[in-house]
Amino acid sequence: MNVIDIRGATKVFNPGKGNQVEALAEIDLAVEPGEFVTLIGPSGCGKSTLLRLIAALIAPTTGSVEVNAKPAEQARLDRDYGMAFQTAGLFDWRTVSKNIELPLELMGWTKGDRRRRAKEMLELVKLGEFATHHPSELSGGMQQRVAIARALSFSPALLLMDEPFGALDEMTREHMQDELLRIWKETETTVVFVTHSIPEAVYLSTRVLVMSPRPGNIASIVDVDLGERRASTRDDPAFHTKVTEVRVALRKVEE
Amino acid sequence: MPATDTMAEMEDPLVREHRLRQQAAHEARRDVTVRIIRQTVTFVVFMGLLAALYAGYKEVGQAIDDRQHDWPVVGSVLPRTDDLTMPPIGKIIGQFGETPGGQDQIYVLILLDEALFTLREAFAGFMVGLVIGMAIALALAQWRRLEQGLLPFVIASQTIPLIAIAPIIVIWGRKNFDVFPWEWQDWMSVSIIATYLTFFPVAVNGLRGLQSPRPENQELMESYAANWSQTLWRLRLPASLPYLFAALKIAATASIVGAIVGEISSGVVGGLGRRILREAFNYTTGPDRLFASVLGAAALGIFVYLVVTGLERLVVGRQNKGATA
Repeated sequence: MNVIDIRGATKVFNPGKGNQVEALAEIDLAVEPGEFVTLIGPSGCGKSTLLRLIAALIAPTTGSVEVNAKPAEQARLDRDYGMAFQTAGLFDWRTVSKNIELPLELMGWTKGDRRRRAKEMLELVKLGEFATHHPSELSGGMQQRVAIARALSFSPALLLMDEPFGALDEMTREHMQDELLRIWKETETTVVFVTHSIPEAVYLSTRVLVMSPRPGNIASIVDVDLGERRASTRDDPAFHTKVTEVRVALRKVEE
Repeated sequence: MPATDTMAEMEDPLVREHRLRQQAAHEARRDVTVRIIRQTVTFVVFMGLLAALYAGYKEVGQAIDDRQHDWPVVGSVLPRTDDLTMPPIGKIIGQFGETPGGQDQIYVLILLDEALFTLREAFAGFMVGLVIGMAIALALAQWRRLEQGLLPFVIASQTIPLIAIAPIIVIWGRKNFDVFPWEWQDWMSVSIIATYLTFFPVAVNGLRGLQSPRPENQELMESYAANWSQTLWRLRLPASLPYLFAALKIAATASIVGAIVGEISSGVVGGLGRRILREAFNYTTGPDRLFASVLGAAALGIFVYLVVTGLERLVVGRQNKGATA
């Protein structure tokens, strides 16, 4: 069973009006459990739109989007996925622990269960001692880790990430990539990840989808098989070959 | 596993940055005490300066007046300085401790009593204004089209002079408001005037606050399939609080002004407004009493402002201690 099944999905914003935008051409995509799929492409290629179709935050104009073998909208209502955004988007008025508890609250978990889960999640993202801190006391990288903990707190099968590391500096970013891979492995979640960064896409993914703009389409697919990532992976010639492959594909769509 | 080693090494910049932030937050917290002391001192010094300016002008004016009878600058171009126009500060302050004729309490206690009466009117009006203002803000936030239709009327409502509507409200209160299950009293009419001044800043800032969450935060709640009220209570209302408190500070002092003006123009007895009106009538026999009663009204305004500021620190300050403390 696929985690994501998209068949012939298109998206047109403001159809029939003067400012009509054809955001996505017919998209077909299947993502299997445990995959780490990255969407990469120039600005305005519809990668964020595609992510929001999967999240059922917007509806496709035509075609169908299925998550966990049911309509995406139903999957949203069933809370089948967790989502992380470019900004951590933590609520300033809640402590770190309470931020992670937010989705659990909405699902009606008891207070004790919420506490316990928040503690586990904080340990997973290595922020155990910061439970009672407020987000404003944490650095950008730490905030993003809390956001990931929040997205995974209710153990969704699917994690959707919209340029989550885009606002971080290079050092923190590489560190967060390692953290994310560790969490991905530990939780066996399926990830769909949107990014602008070619090395990031190659380092993280099992599959890189290169998208072309106007209207957004999946132009080419680069399978990445670099085995377990380690510090030396970024210097590995095989890594650079893949980076070049994605870069060439991107250059082609930008022409 | 080599990857873990690297991870531990790379933890460092994050932890270091965090330590620096903690230090800054700690300093910010310590600064609060310093700031309160500094503000108090500034306030006292400022009041002292104002008093000195008043007394100094009176002194200089008196001196010029005594010499220059042919060319009276003071009194024609500049305000007169005699004791009837500018009672000496000592006498104004001293008035608080005096017992006016026909009374068995010292003046400051009488003022306190009347201030409580006015405060009750203002508070009742303030609370109703808060509820109405937030209701309008919620409605405007919910139905965007309403914003264009309703907002001009909300703004126009504030251009009607207060003194004009106060008597109307009192008359309505006596004649028409018997629909309420309780007996309508005149002070409630004054509260309506306070409401009238309160709801506006609450509605305007409340709307801005409710609309303040970033689109991602809204999408986050949608991704959790949160319903309208869950989104309201967990995201939009808490996010609106800093905006709301900015409005409440204005509204609190405005409600006092509204109550005092309302008392004066409606003839409701028992509060500071009525007191100021009476002292103005009896000005020639006791000018210091008028000044003292006005000082009392100012003190009441400052008091409610401080109460709201304290509440704000309690509610909002706790949210992001460290950042704003």
